[in-house]
Amino acid sequence: MSMILLAEQVLNGLQLGVMLFVMAAGLTLVFGVMGLINLAHGSLFMIGAFAAAAVAGATGSFLLALIAALSAAAAVGALVEVVVIRRLYDRDHLDQVLATFALILIFSEGTRWIFGSFPLFLNIPPYLAGPVTLPGGIEYPLYRLTLITIGLSIAAALFWLINRTRLGIQIRAGENDREMIAALGVDISKLYTIVFALGAALAGLAGALVGAIQSVQVGMGEPVLILAFVVIVIGGIGSIKGALIAAILVGLTDTLGGVLLPALFKQFMEASAATSIGSSLASMAIYILMAVVLIWRPTGLFGARA
Amino acid sequence: MTQMTRETLFNLAMMAGLILFPLWAWIADEPFMITLATKAVILALAGVGLNLALGLGGLVSLGHAAFFGLGGYAMGILASHAQSYSPILETPFVIEGTKSMPVIWLTAIISSGLAALAIGALSLRTSGVYFIMITLAFGQMLYFFAISWPAYGGEDGLSIYVRNGFPGLNTLDPIQFYGICFTVLTIVLILCARLAKSPFGLALNAARQTAERVETVGISPYKLRLVAFTLSGMITGLAGALFADLNRFVSPTMFSWQTSGEIMVFIIIGGVARLFGPVVGAVIFIALEHLLGGLSDYWHIYLGILLLLIVLFARGGVIGTLAGKENAHD
Repeated sequence: MSMILLAEQVLNGLQLGVMLFVMAAGLTLVFGVMGLINLAHGSLFMIGAFAAAAVAGATGSFLLALIAALSAAAAVGALVEVVVIRRLYDRDHLDQVLATFALILIFSEGTRWIFGSFPLFLNIPPYLAGPVTLPGGIEYPLYRLTLITIGLSIAAALFWLINRTRLGIQIRAGENDREMIAALGVDISKLYTIVFALGAALAGLAGALVGAIQSVQVGMGEPVLILAFVVIVIGGIGSIKGALIAAILVGLTDTLGGVLLPALFKQFMEASAATSIGSSLASMAIYILMAVVLIWRPTGLFGARA
Repeated sequence: MTQMTRETLFNLAMMAGLILFPLWAWIADEPFMITLATKAVILALAGVGLNLALGLGGLVSLGHAAFFGLGGYAMGILASHAQSYSPILETPFVIEGTKSMPVIWLTAIISSGLAALAIGALSLRTSGVYFIMITLAFGQMLYFFAISWPAYGGEDGLSIYVRNGFPGLNTLDPIQFYGICFTVLTIVLILCARLAKSPFGLALNAARQTAERVETVGISPYKLRLVAFTLSGMITGLAGALFADLNRFVSPTMFSWQTSGEIMVFIIIGGVARLFGPVVGAVIFIALEHLLGGLSDYWHIYLGILLLLIVLFARGGVIGTLAGKENAHD
């Protein structure tokens, strides 16, 4: 296999990884601060993508579409937090799983009702279309490279937010002891709404960004949601650093597994059997990775809570 | 004690309904209604399986579709080989396919039981939200395996032309097939009721409430949970085989995480840890699907709203609301 192909796959893995991180960051914050499992995070991803596709269709501006995705997802996130999610913080995980499963049903069918069952398309803007030549003669799509850059910038911004700002201090304090922080005069329910809306906005942004390289359709959020869960579980729930490392690990495993495993099996098997076994294993690779990590470390790589 | 009687009465009424409704449909010559009832009974069986782990053991498994799917594929693989007269295995010894339900059930129970033993042994090392996620991951693993494994239909699934046979009965007749499924459900319900009252069931229940106390008296909560998880997987696997026989079709959808979610939904609608919780839940689910599905293509919205209201305001599900609180245990 040529080095150029391999380098391209590594970049693809990185791109998948950083987008998973943007999804997973919100999930892991919400779990870390509020102790809530939110299955409906994938719906916010979908809402972002649909808002972007609708606005891009109406105005033709990709930047406006991204802003629409961010604000629509944040608004829906804040609304859902106030109406439903808030009642779930002191419930057990089973109730949280079911209530947010119910939210998925409502959001998916609601979106289907408004936009219909046919996929929408969100086009890559002309100034980001086409390939660029990287050092080493690798031709790589500019848009995917932009996604990697945006993802890494969001990661940097989140680390800054959590470690250097007042809101970040409150979030970290909320993770440690929510009664104490309330006693110190922080409006805890406002903090929760802000954290939830922040996570929702990130999910919506990821939906819009990824929506431009795949089709925008109902149900697009769930596969990503499950991958994001794999990410936060591998990274350790509540840890942003863990989420970043695990996201890139998952992205690379998924992308490289699809290329390398069939090639590996071809070394000692006939071609068609190697392809079928290799690709079956590759599609399971990240789940195997997750199982192995959890068996080795039952609370993930950077997880503190039991 | 009066509360116990109320729940027992409710359960008896439910059983009577499950006998009378299909009889009415049979007399009124409404085979579709019998098929709906069959579907409800089979899904109830899948829920009874999960309820053993979830209700009694407190193990929130979001991966029970794995066992449902394995049961389904056990039926699909055996029957498709019998259909094409090609043996499943030729070396070192010949294994033929079969169209006999008891053999298929046994295969489904054994294979899903082994899978549940393996998945449980690994997953039960974790707890809480990690357990939910790792069971989900195992379910997804099998889902993607079923999609990418081309030998048995891959993404398209497998069709069986004629329903499998049961000695002495005509399974193509809807009411007879219903009778088989209903009998299986009844037997499993009786076994579960006895299990919950047995020393094993009591210890499992205690391990759910305070694992430390159980450990102090020398019982390993891990082993209790593993046995419960395995039994639970076996029952759900059997339901998968019956479900595949009802549709004469298996596909990777049986493995999908929405299937796991739906099985869990039955239990919540009916009532967690209630013997008849999943039965009530599955009947309501199928009735809603039929009634609302006829009114609107978007009936999942109403299902979602109903589910949300039950989780937020009617804890204990339908049985909890109608028959009063569970006999106090905490």
